[in-house]
Amino acid sequence: MRAKKPKQKLVLVGNGMAGVRTLEELIKIDPDLYDITVFGAEPHPNYNRILLSPVLAGEQTLDEIVLNPWSWYEEHGITVHAGRKVVAVDRVKRIVRADDGTEAPYDRLLLCTGSHPFVLPVPGKDLEGVIAYRDIADTQAMIETAKTHRHAVVIGGGLLGLEAANGLMLRGMRVTVVHVSEWLMNRQLDDVAAGLLRQSLEARGLTFRLGAHTQELVGDETGRVKAIRFKDGSEEPADLVVMAVGIRPNVALAESMRLHCDRGIVVTDTLQTVTDARIYAVGECAAHRGVAYGLVAPLFEQARVAANHLAEMGYGRYLGSFISTKLKVTGIDLFSAGNFMGGEGTEEIVLNDPADGVYKKLVIQGDKLVGACLYGDTSDGPWYFELLREGRNVRGIRDQLMFGAPGV
Amino acid sequence: MSAMRETQSTCPYCGVGCGVIIESEGTQITGVRGDPAHPANFGRLCTKGSTLHLTATAAVTMQTRLLHPMRRTARGTAPSAIGWHEALDTATAKFAQVIRDHGPDAVGFYISGQLLTEDYYVFNKLAKGLIGTNNIDTNSRLCMSSAVAGYKKTLGADAPPACYDDLNHAQCLFVVGSNTAWAHPILFRRIEDAKRANPAMKIVVVDPRRTDTCEIADLHLAIQPGTDVMLFHGLLHLMLRESWTQPDYIAAHTTGFDALAARVHDCTPERVAQVCGIDARDLLETARLFATSAATLSLYCQGLNQSSSGTAKNGTLINLHLATGQIGRAGAGPFSLTGQPNAMGGREVGGMANLLGAHRDLANPAHRAEVAALWGLSEGHDVPATPGKTAVELFQAAADGDIRALWIACTNPAQSMPDQATVRRALERCEFVVVQEAFATTATCAYADLLLPATTWGEKVGTVTNSERRISRVRQAVPAPGATRHDWSAVTDFAQRLEALLPSSSAVSLFPYALDTEAGAEAIWNEHRESTRGRDLDITGLSWPMLDAQGPQQWPLPEGRSSGRARLYEDGVFPTLDGRARFYDVAYQPVAEAREPRYPFALNTGRLRDQWHGMSRTGTLGRLFSHAPEPVVQMHPEDMAGRKIRDGDLVEVTSKRGAIVLPAQSSTDIGLGQSFIAMHWGEEALSGRSHRGKRLAGVNALSNPAFCPESKQPELKHAAVQIVKADLPWSLLAVAWLPGDRVLAVQTALRALMPRFAFASCVPFGSGGALNAGTAERSGLLFRAADHDAAPADLLAEIEALLGLATPDTLRYADARQGQRRAARLVRSAADPTEARLDAFLLGGDTRSEAWIKPLLQDQLPAQAFGRQLLRPGATAPVRIQARGKVVCSCFGVTETAILTRLPQCTSNDRQRLAALQGELKCGTNCGSCLPELRRMLHATSVAAQPEAALS
Repeated sequence: MRAKKPKQKLVLVGNGMAGVRTLEELIKIDPDLYDITVFGAEPHPNYNRILLSPVLAGEQTLDEIVLNPWSWYEEHGITVHAGRKVVAVDRVKRIVRADDGTEAPYDRLLLCTGSHPFVLPVPGKDLEGVIAYRDIADTQAMIETAKTHRHAVVIGGGLLGLEAANGLMLRGMRVTVVHVSEWLMNRQLDDVAAGLLRQSLEARGLTFRLGAHTQELVGDETGRVKAIRFKDGSEEPADLVVMAVGIRPNVALAESMRLHCDRGIVVTDTLQTVTDARIYAVGECAAHRGVAYGLVAPLFEQARVAANHLAEMGYGRYLGSFISTKLKVTGIDLFSAGNFMGGEGTEEIVLNDPADGVYKKLVIQGDKLVGACLYGDTSDGPWYFELLREGRNVRGIRDQLMFGAPGV
Repeated sequence: MSAMRETQSTCPYCGVGCGVIIESEGTQITGVRGDPAHPANFGRLCTKGSTLHLTATAAVTMQTRLLHPMRRTARGTAPSAIGWHEALDTATAKFAQVIRDHGPDAVGFYISGQLLTEDYYVFNKLAKGLIGTNNIDTNSRLCMSSAVAGYKKTLGADAPPACYDDLNHAQCLFVVGSNTAWAHPILFRRIEDAKRANPAMKIVVVDPRRTDTCEIADLHLAIQPGTDVMLFHGLLHLMLRESWTQPDYIAAHTTGFDALAARVHDCTPERVAQVCGIDARDLLETARLFATSAATLSLYCQGLNQSSSGTAKNGTLINLHLATGQIGRAGAGPFSLTGQPNAMGGREVGGMANLLGAHRDLANPAHRAEVAALWGLSEGHDVPATPGKTAVELFQAAADGDIRALWIACTNPAQSMPDQATVRRALERCEFVVVQEAFATTATCAYADLLLPATTWGEKVGTVTNSERRISRVRQAVPAPGATRHDWSAVTDFAQRLEALLPSSSAVSLFPYALDTEAGAEAIWNEHRESTRGRDLDITGLSWPMLDAQGPQQWPLPEGRSSGRARLYEDGVFPTLDGRARFYDVAYQPVAEAREPRYPFALNTGRLRDQWHGMSRTGTLGRLFSHAPEPVVQMHPEDMAGRKIRDGDLVEVTSKRGAIVLPAQSSTDIGLGQSFIAMHWGEEALSGRSHRGKRLAGVNALSNPAFCPESKQPELKHAAVQIVKADLPWSLLAVAWLPGDRVLAVQTALRALMPRFAFASCVPFGSGGALNAGTAERSGLLFRAADHDAAPADLLAEIEALLGLATPDTLRYADARQGQRRAARLVRSAADPTEARLDAFLLGGDTRSEAWIKPLLQDQLPAQAFGRQLLRPGATAPVRIQARGKVVCSCFGVTETAILTRLPQCTSNDRQRLAALQGELKCGTNCGSCLPELRRMLHATSVAAQPEAALS
């Protein structure tokens, strides 16, 4: 009888959105299969990291962004070790050990170690007032700094950098965004949409230095940052420097476990590590088919497949994600997905409504929608995303495509 | 501010010759109204006449007028401004060289029925007196020469015997080949008045088309094109059979009737009914009305004249008047309506290749000697005997290299001549082309080596003669703008210089006229007057002071008389050697180019209500495009259905001479197997690129240069054509409101882009509304094109830039691969920022949204609810709109929709319903040009509203 079989032990390393979502999916399928233990480096229950920006912007509070309160873990009989970082795993004995010596044995191990911000290797990067933007602590640091300091520089004009800049500005700081590319969010937007975004953010009070290469961060006599200096010799005052120039998967633990890593912990279509089938990796730390995703939607898709496999169903396969981007800056709607830059063999449909600040670009290849970049009006984003994911032939609706889903 | 001034002058449009009062302040014409004292119109003006002042605004002048002499160093390049001295020295040197090297017949003059009598006189004297060539012809050759030949062949002189007042005495009006309602609107108002005063008056209209003129007719004979002579013979056959002729009149005043009677013997009603495609009973009724009415007046125009049988048609119609004695009495006679304002004056001074001054004949040696004497030519210098080349022959000679220097004045042959392929070859081959013009925008200007700027309406000084032989003064209201000069003055200046370079033909200058003064014009006129002494058109009793004191006068008015003669031949004596009129015995000949399987449609051409000729003047006013907004070919709906052509589809119309592309429009006014294109659509408005990559030339790319052997007038009214659906899947429509001081310049720029498309048309439009309402009228442009493939992006960008669609706030949609490109610009209202209107749009590729977006713009409807939906494809409006509809009454801007909405509330009979409609909407209460159309709408709705009445 299966009910008499002793429960297996599942250990989750990383109390974040990817891991906890996997547990939720697993519990939905089979709540009694595992004894579950969770280690988390942050002292918080699982919270919605992507809502840190609204918190920074003062639009939400930290309490409001908690996804799974402590009670949730309790309800499902999950053992939590919060504020404890796992430092070693013995794959032979199948034991996890945390920095405080806590140990936990496992039958299956789920690695959701996430990622860490990349810090530019420039002189002054360790000065006081130079931070990254990743977690609640960073967010609180920014909120505190904004109360006492005036000049903020955000290095990185990507999604995270702009959200940080917007938040700091809303908290009263004079913010300059420094970006190495010629246009903002160059990984998510084309130059036109980025231009509109820049105009809109400038109108709100942000200042931009595009195509700017950081030479060093200059400190004052107390060891606090006071300015940023560029390769061209110019300087901007900076009491706070936020680095938002990208993330790197946290693979130190995995590497110490001798799991194969290449831009992340390399996993199969069932999210098992290629090195050790008992071990799964989900989320920003995982590299699937050479891609480590940094957005929430793919991570949820991975979670569903990993849970399916952990629940011994075994038919789920993760085949990679189409990703779409949204910027969480109130009043700015942008959306991009797929191959929105187009290029060889693709065709573009473009709509401009400058008066309303709307720009839309759809990229078509072989009668299929392969990319979309929307600015100002993203209401059709989900429809395009659906067309994109399903790879539907759009030849018959091509002329109407730009004007929204039929019957909506 | 300078004080307002009023100047009595004459309208420069049709041959009705209405008097106008020009209001001006300083150098600016500010208004126009009909001259109540002028006997042609008694204060009325038509849609064209009442908007004359709008064609003389500073904005129109700056954008369209030729204001300085200009010279092209090479064809196809932009001309550059030069001074008059340099210009005329260039012209004289070249003309003198050609005359010296190749003889006088190597030069030619092609002038215009819109020139004043004085202009004409100097041109004629220059060619025939100084240079010694008869190669001077005019666009009247395309217009009135068959009427001239018809009158001369029968009555003995080129003199319309009737007058406008005869309308009030006629019991039967026989209107043949004339859409009087549109072409001579003020005369049509007089017909309406006459019919109202005398409801017993019968009106028969003969026209292959059911025109607006038919609305007043008791009987409409829709004859097959070109069968008029058979009709007239058939009528005479019946008149003889029924003994409706006047043998006494025939015997007393005519010769040649027996031969004619024998000829019409076999023109039986059955045969005529078959050839003409009419009912034999209608034929009999027409014969009865014509012959037995107390007084029958024929009114006829280009339907008879523009024909390879033009003289025969005129002559055989006059036969009917002679045979029935319907001539020389009040209300009776053959009354040729003149197309142009001064075709009559031109004929009077002999400004054609086969005429001499005062109705003298070139072929007559005595006449030549008289003229030489009048001009004071020295011994041995005669008026040359060799007939000159008429219009078609002149351009053929230029195309063949025989004419090497060509002077074109006040006309636009690259628009109006038939067989444009030959005309363009002529203009290209000719060594030296002078174009003397008021407007820089005509197609012909592009071929000129030298452009000479001329004064025009409101600036000119001289006289014109209208259809009823009435001479009116043209007076100068404002100074000549820029460096423009009166045509006669520039030509006199040229002639005086040329005299110095040519062997002397006279002891003193042939051109002793004071340049650029009114006195100079009067001196020319006085010289012309002297030449009429003793002739049928003797005006030796007339003078400019008399015209000033007593107003316009009819000729003849010989010395000793105090007024002219209202009608001619009241005594039955005709200006022939024996005093008898001659019957014109001629066989019916079908059209020169029969329909055949490869060219199965008859193509007819004619006027629109609100346009004039090549539209160099009327085309400057958007409001005059509201009645017929764009070039179309009209066809019978069954012919279209058989060819799977829908309304608005582009068709290729091909004749043996050329092809053009334009949209088709169904009309039951057109007979089966026939088609109609308005004569106005030259390459200025309708063009494109031929299969060989050349610029398409407009309607006259198709027309037939075959001409009447007597009158040499070409058959512009008939060509055999093929009409097939054009396979041009990519289409473009761009429409924009533009500032008044830019719109015409933009139009010129867009014209240059037309040959970049297989089909292109470009026309202005206006905001309409009531004329003189005091509200600023807006104007815009509509550019339509089509091609095999999508136009290149840079070309579309150029069009967008011209139409104000290159602004940062322009809405845009582009799917380059599919050839789809759309742009639209909304402008927020300054008064109410929540309101926005569409200022410009461009649809490239899929233009079906034209159905709602064009009215949205042109009717200036609120568009704020549309936003990006303006870029949506498809014929269904994303937001419901109520378009204003086609404008029927231009004067008050009343639309068809407004009239049809109001009509059900107007009850009782048509006359009372019309009165109610006019009371409510004011439509048709100013110029009245829309009255026939209003009556048609009344008629249509009364039939529809009371089907039981139709059954009973």
